[in-house]
Amino acid sequence: MTTYVEWDALAQVAIFGLVLGAGLPALFALGVRALDGPGSHPGKGAPRPRFRVILAWTCFGLVAAAALGAVIFIASGGH
Amino acid sequence: MTEPILLAIVVATALAFDFTNGFHDTGNAMATSIATRALKPKQAVVLSATLNFVGAFLSIAVAATIAKGIVDSGVVTLEIVLAGLAGAIVWNLITWLLSIPSSSSHALVGGVVGAVIAGVGTSAVLWTGLVSKVLIPALIAPLVAIAVASVATWLVMRITRGVAEKQNDKLFRWGQIGSASLVSLAHGTNDAQKTMGIILLALIAAGAVAPDAGVPLWVIASCALAMGLGTYVGGWRVIRTLGKGLVELSSRQGMAAETSSATVILASSHFGYSLSTTHVATGSILGSGVGMKGASVRWGVAGRIFIAWLITVPAAATAGAIFFFISNAVGEPLGPFVAFGLLIAAAILIWFLARRRPVSSANVNDEWDPHNESETFVAESIARHDPTIMRVRKRRLKKKKKRPKAPQQRKKKKKKVAKGKSKKAKS
Repeated sequence: MTTYVEWDALAQVAIFGLVLGAGLPALFALGVRALDGPGSHPGKGAPRPRFRVILAWTCFGLVAAAALGAVIFIASGGH
Repeated sequence: MTEPILLAIVVATALAFDFTNGFHDTGNAMATSIATRALKPKQAVVLSATLNFVGAFLSIAVAATIAKGIVDSGVVTLEIVLAGLAGAIVWNLITWLLSIPSSSSHALVGGVVGAVIAGVGTSAVLWTGLVSKVLIPALIAPLVAIAVASVATWLVMRITRGVAEKQNDKLFRWGQIGSASLVSLAHGTNDAQKTMGIILLALIAAGAVAPDAGVPLWVIASCALAMGLGTYVGGWRVIRTLGKGLVELSSRQGMAAETSSATVILASSHFGYSLSTTHVATGSILGSGVGMKGASVRWGVAGRIFIAWLITVPAAATAGAIFFFISNAVGEPLGPFVAFGLLIAAAILIWFLARRRPVSSANVNDEWDPHNESETFVAESIARHDPTIMRVRKRRLKKKKKRPKAPQQRKKKKKKVAKGKSKKAKS
């Protein structure tokens, strides 16, 4: 079977895909939760706790950085 | 004498293939954004077309050779390339007519393999390469994508459980647009290069450019333009199947699906295990249904798509072989012209067939018609452990059958006309 399936490359794709492909959406979701999740608005009209806002934008920033990295990767030939 | 004209025909056919490629694959990137209304249908295709166009210019690092490692490259002549391209275009158009997302690169490989078999014989096909580089990845790609997207969706759903749906939609739509843009960009870079490679090879074979020449600018520009135009025209039928047919998508699922598509596609090209964009994107959308509690996946639709993937290579090969036989039977000077004419005739025929039930930006997001999908309800009732779904819907199904679709459409048209009139009256 090894002549037909390149197991090494496949395993790398699967692991990389799982870590980033599931990790990045999860990170983004964490940002959303920090911004608007339960407890984000402590009282009526009260502003969000600052650490939540910082956490949220850190998450979004990391995701955006990953997207930027992907664009550079595509532009550099993708190999 | 006929060589320059033959070359022109091959270049035109290659660009036509590029067009159908963009056209067929718009849905891979944009179907989820359109279905969740993160973008209006027209906005989505404009964005995707622009990014495909830009993507084509981004990199020409891959000196893409046509069907490398799959057929003996020494036997590939202009006639074979032409027949292969024609076969691939026909298969792309047929799958579009049937609203099935299928891989354009597999169609191209199939078409060329068929033409090679018809022209040289089975000995010129590297079967191990065909199986390991095309057929097996076609089975693996959706599995990897389903796994990644279902994990992603499950995580996203769990993390954002307590967030109000409105806020979720607002933020995740941005995530969706970003990830869909990445898929478009990657598609433009990867797939436009394939056509550039074909045109370059044809130019070299005809002696129009030196064998060690780089890709001329006009080739890059015309490929980018053909791909962008194809994307802009938008294979609405395929978009509809991907966005509405497989899973009823929310913006969170859409974002998870599109991000996992982008990651798996980029990972596969990085590690040199090329997976088809279409297979990955379709798998990701399925995965976003698998990973969400209570979401139902229309496995009937998915099954039809899988079958189409299995027969893509043989079917395109048959079409490619037929084109080669016709071209060969007619003879040397006129053969390729006849094949080209037949290709145009076939394209026009398929276009007319598609006009009978048109899908456009106006109705791409309509409810998925249960009239054709009785197996959907069986699947849904099993998935939700709820036999009543089958019973209730069955009655509706009968009603739908009694009342065919045509009069409804007419009503809608009338409404539109009426609206137009009232607007005119106002102005």
